[in-house]
Amino acid sequence: MTRLPIFKMVLAVIVVGLIQSVVLLQFNWFGQEASTAAKPIDTMMDVTIVLSSFIFAIVCVALGYALYKWRAKPGDESDGLPIHGNTKLEVIWTLIPVMIVLGLGGYSWAVLNDIEKTKADAIHVNAYAQQFAWTFGYPESGNKWSEGEIHVPVDRQIIFDLRAQDVIHSFWVPEWRMKKDAVPGLETDVVVTPNREGTFQLVCAELCGLGHTTMRAKVVVESQAEYDKWVAGLKSEVPEDLLLTPDQYIEKQKQLEEQSSGIEDSGVIETNKPNEQD
Amino acid sequence: MAAAIRQPGWYRGAIGLVLGAAFGFFLVVGLRLLSGLDAMQTEQTGYPQVIVPLITAPFGFLFGFGAFDYWFRWAAGKPTIPEDHSGHGATRWQDYFKFNTDHKVIGTQYVVTTLFFFLIGGLLALLMRAELAQPGAQIVAANTFNGLFSTHAVVMIFLFIIPVFAGLANYVLPLMIGAPDMAFPRLNALSFWLLPIAGIIFLASFLAPGGSFDAGWTGYAPLSTGAPLGQSFFNIGVQFAGASSIATALNFLVTIITMRAPGMNIWRMPLLVWANLSTSLLVVGATPFVAGAQFMVFFDRILGMNFFNFLEGGDVVSYQHIFWFYSHPAVYIMMLPGFGIISEIISTHARKPVFGYRLMALALIGIVVLSYSVWAHHMFVAGMFSWLRVPIMITTLLIAVPTGIKVFSWLGTLFYGKIHTYSTAMLFALAFIVTFTIGGISGVQLGMIPLDIHVSDTYFVVAHIHFVLFGGSVFTIFAGIYHWFPKMTGRMYDERLGRIHFWGTVIGTWMAFVPMHWVGMDGMPRRVADYASQYGDWNLLISVSAFVLGAVQLVFLYNMIVSWRFGPKAGNNPWRANSIEWHVSSPPPVFNFDEIPRVVGGPYEYGTPGARHVIMGGEESADVPEPKPTTVTAPS
Repeated sequence: MTRLPIFKMVLAVIVVGLIQSVVLLQFNWFGQEASTAAKPIDTMMDVTIVLSSFIFAIVCVALGYALYKWRAKPGDESDGLPIHGNTKLEVIWTLIPVMIVLGLGGYSWAVLNDIEKTKADAIHVNAYAQQFAWTFGYPESGNKWSEGEIHVPVDRQIIFDLRAQDVIHSFWVPEWRMKKDAVPGLETDVVVTPNREGTFQLVCAELCGLGHTTMRAKVVVESQAEYDKWVAGLKSEVPEDLLLTPDQYIEKQKQLEEQSSGIEDSGVIETNKPNEQD
Repeated sequence: MAAAIRQPGWYRGAIGLVLGAAFGFFLVVGLRLLSGLDAMQTEQTGYPQVIVPLITAPFGFLFGFGAFDYWFRWAAGKPTIPEDHSGHGATRWQDYFKFNTDHKVIGTQYVVTTLFFFLIGGLLALLMRAELAQPGAQIVAANTFNGLFSTHAVVMIFLFIIPVFAGLANYVLPLMIGAPDMAFPRLNALSFWLLPIAGIIFLASFLAPGGSFDAGWTGYAPLSTGAPLGQSFFNIGVQFAGASSIATALNFLVTIITMRAPGMNIWRMPLLVWANLSTSLLVVGATPFVAGAQFMVFFDRILGMNFFNFLEGGDVVSYQHIFWFYSHPAVYIMMLPGFGIISEIISTHARKPVFGYRLMALALIGIVVLSYSVWAHHMFVAGMFSWLRVPIMITTLLIAVPTGIKVFSWLGTLFYGKIHTYSTAMLFALAFIVTFTIGGISGVQLGMIPLDIHVSDTYFVVAHIHFVLFGGSVFTIFAGIYHWFPKMTGRMYDERLGRIHFWGTVIGTWMAFVPMHWVGMDGMPRRVADYASQYGDWNLLISVSAFVLGAVQLVFLYNMIVSWRFGPKAGNNPWRANSIEWHVSSPPPVFNFDEIPRVVGGPYEYGTPGARHVIMGGEESADVPEPKPTTVTAPS
């Protein structure tokens, strides 16, 4: 049995992995960074790209070398060496991946805590999702209401409280990197600190029906002064229904039902009225 | 004619179908009239006069077709018709259209049927890609588009990938363990016939008012609970496909546990058997959850129950928990049998024992155990309890370890082998290792919560699942079909056409699915009929590649059909493989073995002179020396 050229193979893995990493790191995969969460998330992506490049290089080099070295000649009917395994090697390629993924898990956990940490001076903005439009409330500015367009101040932490009226939607501004579903009956929120002024797009990321593709809203990040002016200029206030917490909303719907029907809910949904002649 | 109608078969099946449909219809109408309601109800989540016949008609067909004859006679205490084995084996093509109890016929029925649905699912995908080739709406309306990606996924998952593995294993597995058939042949046949029923129900939803189901294959409530009629077709179709899957899994479990040939202890089982054992454990444990989830949606829809109606105390997120508790293990249901296939092929064509056989088997079991604990990684941004995210992330990342073990062990198998690449099966197996590694890597990235927050529900996820399911599962399916084609048909396929198919598929896969990562990371959400014009060029490339990928599958079909009819005779063992199925004729005799074989060694004894896996009936056992246990250590 010939010895493996371990040194050359390791060298090949390093070279291939390096080339791959360098090429892949040239691109800004996630697009513009416009929130404080973007940097650590993009850095994490780069870390996984480098790591993956080397793992992929190991697979490719091993496969390539095996094919180069041990490809059978036509007509060769002999067998390979009867190697059934190698405990040491198997332990290595079990334990090292365990350590790598646990490391990645710890790293992710740390970054997650970091990007979701709320500050005392954060401002709350409500995002109301329904098929197929976004509207926004500004509870700290007298519950002013804007439809299809949201303004937020730059460099302030914003907690978006998400409310869905009908089905599940998802709040995503790609440049902010943060995403959270708006779930009917639940109060969810997403924490973002925009750090770049400009106009972005809010995308609904969860399939919500026919108009899902076009369920977008305009996001404007501007200075505090401009923001204050914009909010002050808003005419309408959030409709009362949207302000209810899910529990209050359910309560109200129940009351409405009882008032309108006058009879106890039988639990059967039936659109066709019973035929009274029968 | 009268006799033909009394006999189980297509005539009686057709009558049963009509009677079943009529029974369901008049039951609903009659009960409604009795209750003083209008005969018909056309609320979009209702239509009981359509829904109930949709359930009763398939049962009517199955009664008529003869699926339950024997059991009913037995249960009623009547004399059962003695088994004359007329339902066994196939001599004419018509025999494949019968309620046949031969595992080999059923295996072929499965593979051919599922390939048919593969084509349907592929055409749906191409329609989608035609729409997405350019930004803006061109070909289909938004509701049709939502229907296209929903049915594409459902057909590919429930009618191609999951059952095609059941089909291949159905054919090969009993032969591999030296069994004359599956443990429950009638149940086996019933499992198969449930499948086209599920397929017809899914596709018939296109005819329903409001179009086919369009809430995605995930069917998230409350979008699905309020969706048009087609969604109920999905709810019901899943029950048939799921029942088929569960019955087959039970059959495999009992077959593997009780029907192995003498001498085949668990450490002598080929890895394909291990893989199907693991898969079956997942199916019986997890599939009831998807059935349950769809029943709950169904009851919400037509009975006005409130499982997922938040206004009446229902819990929207609980749908996702129940759904993914099946549907994440389902990913492994769609992958583990493929792992088994790859192990067989690589070992055979590298002429070497599988490296680290026991760890390979244990890795499968490890995946089974872990895969029950990772479901919520589909829900990191779904608004579930936030404390659950980190533990689920850890288990998700850990499941990469047994998968990594398998990849490294396949590579280890190649080292110091004699690698033959003349077979298209081996080419697909080798390409699988590389392509699947990409899917595994993006899987780890998706498992890391901060990255997942950004890329979940984008094309990055679409790219990941296609690398895993197409670059992974489908490559192993092609490898498996090429590998066992000579065994199943007795004829050889054309390797030249196989190579065209191989290279077209590999290039098409990479060109179509790699750019999906890029547009996804850059901000293109999934499940949209239109997108920002900045993604136009990449989407055009994806669409063109998808069409190449689709076209090259026609080469595969041509090769399979023509070779089945006209290919050169293959002989018993064209790959010089070790496992038992290669020691019988091609195609194997109706009852597999005249005498049950005796297993005397491991399944991959390549390179050890005199080592045997099996002694077939009729061989003089005196000729066969007991092999010395050999363990050669690899160089450090």
